[in-house]
Amino acid sequence: MSEVLERVRKIVIDHLDADPDKVTEKASFIDDLEADSLDIVELVMAFEEEFDIEIPDDSAEHILTVGDAVAYIDGKLKS
Amino acid sequence: MFDLTGKTALVTGATGGLGAAIARSLHAQGAKVVLSGTRESVLAELAAELGDNAFIAAANLSDSAQVDGLVAKAEEAAGSGLDILIANAGITRDGLILRMKDEDWETVIKVNLEAYFRLARAATKGMMKRRYGRIIGITSVVGVTGNPGQTNYAASKAGMIGFSKALAQEVASRNITVNCIAPGFIASPMTDELNDAQKAAILTKIPAGALGEGSDIAAAAVYLASAEAGYVTGQTLHVNGGMAMI
Repeated sequence: MSEVLERVRKIVIDHLDADPDKVTEKASFIDDLEADSLDIVELVMAFEEEFDIEIPDDSAEHILTVGDAVAYIDGKLKS
Repeated sequence: MFDLTGKTALVTGATGGLGAAIARSLHAQGAKVVLSGTRESVLAELAAELGDNAFIAAANLSDSAQVDGLVAKAEEAAGSGLDILIANAGITRDGLILRMKDEDWETVIKVNLEAYFRLARAATKGMMKRRYGRIIGITSVVGVTGNPGQTNYAASKAGMIGFSKALAQEVASRNITVNCIAPGFIASPMTDELNDAQKAAILTKIPAGALGEGSDIAAAAVYLASAEAGYVTGQTLHVNGGMAMI
């Protein structure tokens, strides 16, 4: 498991108080993890802080699953 | 009831009569109070009067950068996260519309409404993390009733009410409430500018037969800032001696 995935999972589990078993790469924040729109904003802010990156709103809109977040963050960190 | 021990509050416009009254009451209920305003010497006097648990974070609310930085500055001064935001600072630039200059409009909207948005945005971030917050906008009866010569002021105050209702819906699930207090005519430097005839005319419209005092508004602020008011959000509490029953 990649380091980014681990860190993303930790934030998601902490923030949403989610069952760790459910926080897979395919898990949708809204459909599977019961996040609301405000949770998504908070998660994005937490990702920004954790990885010291900026996630613009139009990118954040496309982050729907744990895997989406990992892929986006991986891309940012490599660029 | 209404114990604010352990809470940190920022009061803007604390150099004014209303702001100072609100700051005194929050402080008396046990809150740490950060006083903001433009006149540092007046803030220092009030802080000295209050003693422990009173801090200063001066800012000019017509300067966007200063407004954006004020919540962080206040938290640094108090050494704790902000629980209570009282957006009290307000200005008037009255004039009938045909005589109202662009800058009179812009300044009033910027200081009264835009600063509220900027402060609330900055405060909400920490409040959401901590799952607790009380945001209180001091608006005005004229934001609901209108008043000739105050198109700019009335628009800014009505704007605060709409803003508060929208924000209240956004953050209610995070245990953050957003409410307004709408004072009627309160004895203050602002009402001192009225002449006797104007004052007499106003009093005929107030069933209570007197101008309000800063302490009347402060009591409402203490209530809305308290944990006990947690189920009250998106509301405007009118404190006006009955002059408008809305």
